[in-house]
Amino acid sequence: MVDNLKRKLFMLLLLLFVMVVIGLLKGAVHIPLVNLLVKENQIIINLRLLRILAAILVGSGLAVSGIALQAVLRNPLAEPYLLGTSSGAGLAAVIAVILGISRIYMPLAAFLGAVLSIILVYNLAREGGRIRDRSLILAGVIVSIAFSSVIVFLVSLFGDQAMHEMSWWLWGSLQVYDWRLLSLVSLPVILGIAVIYIFSQDLNAISMGEEEAIHLGVDTLNIKKILVLVTALITASLICICGIVGFVGLIVPHIMRLIVGPNHKVLIPTTCLAASIFVVTCDIFSRTLFAPIEIPIGVITAIIGAPVFIILLKKGNRKL
Amino acid sequence: MKRLLKLDNVSAGYYREDIIKGISLEINTGDLIGIIGPNGSGKTTLLRLITRVLVLRKGRIYFQGLDVSQMNLKEFCRQVAFVAQDISTNFPFTVMETVLMGRIPHLKRLQFETRRDIEIAEGALLETATINLKDKRIDELSSGERQRVIIARALAQEPVLLFLDEPTAHLDIGHQIQILDLLKKLNRRDDLTIVMVLHDLNLASAYCNRIALLDKGSVFKEGSPDDVLTYQNIEAVYKTVVLVDRNKITGKPNVVLIPGNQYS
Repeated sequence: MVDNLKRKLFMLLLLLFVMVVIGLLKGAVHIPLVNLLVKENQIIINLRLLRILAAILVGSGLAVSGIALQAVLRNPLAEPYLLGTSSGAGLAAVIAVILGISRIYMPLAAFLGAVLSIILVYNLAREGGRIRDRSLILAGVIVSIAFSSVIVFLVSLFGDQAMHEMSWWLWGSLQVYDWRLLSLVSLPVILGIAVIYIFSQDLNAISMGEEEAIHLGVDTLNIKKILVLVTALITASLICICGIVGFVGLIVPHIMRLIVGPNHKVLIPTTCLAASIFVVTCDIFSRTLFAPIEIPIGVITAIIGAPVFIILLKKGNRKL
Repeated sequence: MKRLLKLDNVSAGYYREDIIKGISLEINTGDLIGIIGPNGSGKTTLLRLITRVLVLRKGRIYFQGLDVSQMNLKEFCRQVAFVAQDISTNFPFTVMETVLMGRIPHLKRLQFETRRDIEIAEGALLETATINLKDKRIDELSSGERQRVIIARALAQEPVLLFLDEPTAHLDIGHQIQILDLLKKLNRRDDLTIVMVLHDLNLASAYCNRIALLDKGSVFKEGSPDDVLTYQNIEAVYKTVVLVDRNKITGKPNVVLIPGNQYS
């Protein structure tokens, strides 16, 4: 099994490398491969590299969070934004815009909003030291709806300015201009993915049922708490630089389960790479399809992801 | 006879109510114990309590002389396995992957299954006659097949003590005998201690060396099938008239139901 996994990872890594190179060359301005390292192109290449790295972070972070939440909550509809992070971050960002806080602090505001909404959802779902799956999902949905309506309320009061600043955010954008911000965000995302991978065996047991997991010696109560918080941290970090990129955290885990099976020891590392390839590819389309107009990344992930998922679902059994 | 598990006046339940009210019970190595009792008498709750799904409210449980509440859960699960009535999952694990999960208590985090783990899992599949289902998905199996796969996973844990919650619940008589014969064989040959909740009094009579009859969260009577399965005990607990004669083949008590004679 380990050799098989290494082979899959190698192939995916190769494919990711190819897509990264294509991503560096394609865009509003096409750069031929031979000119990749020419000095005049340095600025464009640097900007594209930032985008590609953001795409890799977003892809792997959201997809692995989706895997963890789907297993922990044993709910195929679970996804990283389920716990109210997106609307919490959105609300905080809108308030920041209205208060006229400098754009530099927008990511920080979004992050704090996401964290606050998770704390709220988590506490709403707590019943005497235990977190009930259904309560957690319900609390997430309720907080999301409540915050979304406050966003709409504020936008209608304060008009176009807030909406304009927010629009990139609702459908996601991978354009990051600051190396420091990207590296700051990559830290919790990479650490979070590592923590989830450490629990992959426990995730296998938990996906069979909470009591089943206890019978296999897995301390579900604490592991569930840890994983819910880790996925929330990953999502909150990503949301503050890239906004909401839908579909990746919900569908890529399902697609990968259909291809490599549900064993998390294999599923998590392969999904990391596959989701990165997916988002890097989607980003290339978003930049080149109607260049110089850029299509929001969230639109592309949904348009490409949905048919791929349906085809795999119809084909049935796993292949690789 | 060595004492394996001892319940000392244990109580537990859900919300404010105690479902288990001060049960004391001893389980010895090599026992094949049937737990019987009416619906709501606490049979399943008792198993959940012993296997640490439920928290103990009063009393103590000792496993091999050690206080269970002080034991590490993983260490406990290397020796005690549990077979649920049925498993359902949204995730398409194969039979082999499911049975390999029985090795989780023996593995470190991030450790991949070794050749030895795979051999143990294959042994468990052979034992339960499910080796030909190895690559099938567990949601594609029939109830009888799935029950045997869950037992195979429990065997892969290499337990010394095995709990089963109504292992024959959804099975026809042929599959009931198949499962219980398998358990009896494991009990005899490997000295595997087995405790199972059963609804069918005659199956309990035929297979178990000891029976505990529960009523309203307490042990009403505990002992050999001959001691427990008397018409007095059964009528008192189940509130229905029965006739107890002998099974002509096994010589064990045989409970015959009499329609139209429920106690009011």
